[in-house]
Amino acid sequence: MREIHVDQVAETVARLVQEANFKLEADVVNAINRAMNLEEAPVGQAILLQIQDNYTLADAERVPMCQDTGVAMVFLELGQDVHLVGGSLNEAINRGVAKGYTEGYLRMSMLNDPIKRVNTRNNTPALIYTDVVPGDQLKIKVDCKGGGSENMSQLKMLPPSAGWEGAKRFIVETVANAGPNACPPLIVGVGIGGNFDKSALLAKKSLLRHVGDANPDPEWAAREQELLEEINKLGVGPMGLGGTVTALAVHVEVMGCHITALPVAVNIECHSHRHKEAAL
Amino acid sequence: MAKVYITTPITEEQVREIKAGDEVLITGTIYTARDAAHRRMVEDLEAGKALPFDAQGAVIYYVGPTPPKPGQVIGSAGPTTSYRMDKYTPEMLKQGVKAVIGKGYRGDEVKAGFVKYGAVYLVSTGGAGALLAKTIETAEVVAYEDLGAEAVRRLTVKEFPTVCIHDAVGGDQYYAGQSKWVKPDAMVKPKKPEAGE
Repeated sequence: MREIHVDQVAETVARLVQEANFKLEADVVNAINRAMNLEEAPVGQAILLQIQDNYTLADAERVPMCQDTGVAMVFLELGQDVHLVGGSLNEAINRGVAKGYTEGYLRMSMLNDPIKRVNTRNNTPALIYTDVVPGDQLKIKVDCKGGGSENMSQLKMLPPSAGWEGAKRFIVETVANAGPNACPPLIVGVGIGGNFDKSALLAKKSLLRHVGDANPDPEWAAREQELLEEINKLGVGPMGLGGTVTALAVHVEVMGCHITALPVAVNIECHSHRHKEAAL
Repeated sequence: MAKVYITTPITEEQVREIKAGDEVLITGTIYTARDAAHRRMVEDLEAGKALPFDAQGAVIYYVGPTPPKPGQVIGSAGPTTSYRMDKYTPEMLKQGVKAVIGKGYRGDEVKAGFVKYGAVYLVSTGGAGALLAKTIETAEVVAYEDLGAEAVRRLTVKEFPTVCIHDAVGGDQYYAGQSKWVKPDAMVKPKKPEAGE
C-alpha cells in the first residue's frame, strides 16, 4: 500500500490545467502540421497558419490559447494499491482547479446550476472520472474542453437494423451540423455500444487517446479511417470557410451492448484540444 | 474577394461595400457582448431603458475574454459561437448595429435581418484568442460588471481581422466556400441559403 497525500493531487491538478491551456501537446501540434500539408483551400491554409501562430504565441507568453479555458475534466486512473491520505480526493481536485484557474488568469466559465446560472467564480465544479486499475500509481489526465464543440455533440439510440451504415451516417451528419460552430478542424470522438450513458463516456474517453493513434482492433482502425475520409469530403474545412480538412482525426471506442440496442455517441472536440497528464 | 478596411462607426454606405467572402479589417471602437449581456440589453430595451452604448453604426463582438495578466490590456479574446445570440440579434440590428462578430452558423431570421436592416455578419478564427488579443489596444467595462467575463466592454481595436459570411444582400460565404470543396459523393451537402434580396 502506497500513500499519496491529496494535497499533492491538488497541486498537480492546479499545474496541469494551466499547462494545458498555455501549451498545446505534441500530438495536437503534429496533427495540425499534417493538416497544413493536406489542406488544399488557400483560405483553409490561412486559418491553419493563424491557429499555429496562436498556439506559438500562447506558449511563448504563457497565456491561454483560447478565451474559453473550458470545463476542467479530470480523469483518474487510481491504482488499487494506493491509499489516499489527508482528506477528500474530490475536494482536493476542486481545490486544484480553483487554484489553477485563479493563478493562471484563466476564465471562470462554470455555473452553480444550469437554470439559476450563477458563476461560481473559481471554475468548479470539476468533472471527475475515476477508474480503479491495478498498481500503486495515480495517473491524472486533465482535459480543458471548450463549450462550443461540446454543444455540437450528439447521442442517438439507433435500432440494430441501422448497422454500421446507419451509425456512419449519424456520425457524419453530426459533424456536418456542427460545421464552423465547433471550431474545425475537429477531433471526433465516437462511442458505440454499452448503453445510453456508457456510449457517451466511450466517446469522451476516446478523446484522451493521442490524436491520430488508431484503435488497436484493425477492423475498427479501418472504420476510423473510413469516417475520417467521409468527414473530409464534406468541404467544411478550417473554421467552416471551405476546405479539405474538416477533421484531424476520428477516434472510435466500442463495447458490447444489449440485443435491442445500437447506441452511438459523438463527442466533438475543437482544434485547440487541451490535454495534459501526470503520474504520482 | 477583397480586403476591406473599416473604421467604426460603420455607415450605411460602408456596409454596402462589404461582400460575403471579403476579408474585413476593423479599426476603432467595438463592444463586447455575449449570452447574458444580450439578455440584459433586450430586457433593458423592453423596460424602456437605453442600451449601454450608442447602437448607431456599432459593432458587437461576441466574446468573453480571459482576465488580463498584470501588464495586459485584455486576456485572450477570440469569438464565441454566434447562434446563441440569434434570439437577440434582430433587435440589436433594429437598434442600428451594423456588424456583429462571432463564429458559426446563424438562423434564418437573423440572416434575413442582415438584409432587412443593412448589416453584416463577420467571423474571426475561433480558438485564436491569444493572437486576436494583440489587435486590442484598450478595454474597459461599460455595463453589467457583475457578469465578469460576460460584461459589456468597450474595446479599441486596430485592424481586427474578420471574414464576412453574410452581407447586406443575402450573400452566404459558408455556403459558397463549402460548396467549392465538397466532394460529389459526400454524404451531406452544404445547406443552400434561402434567396437573398
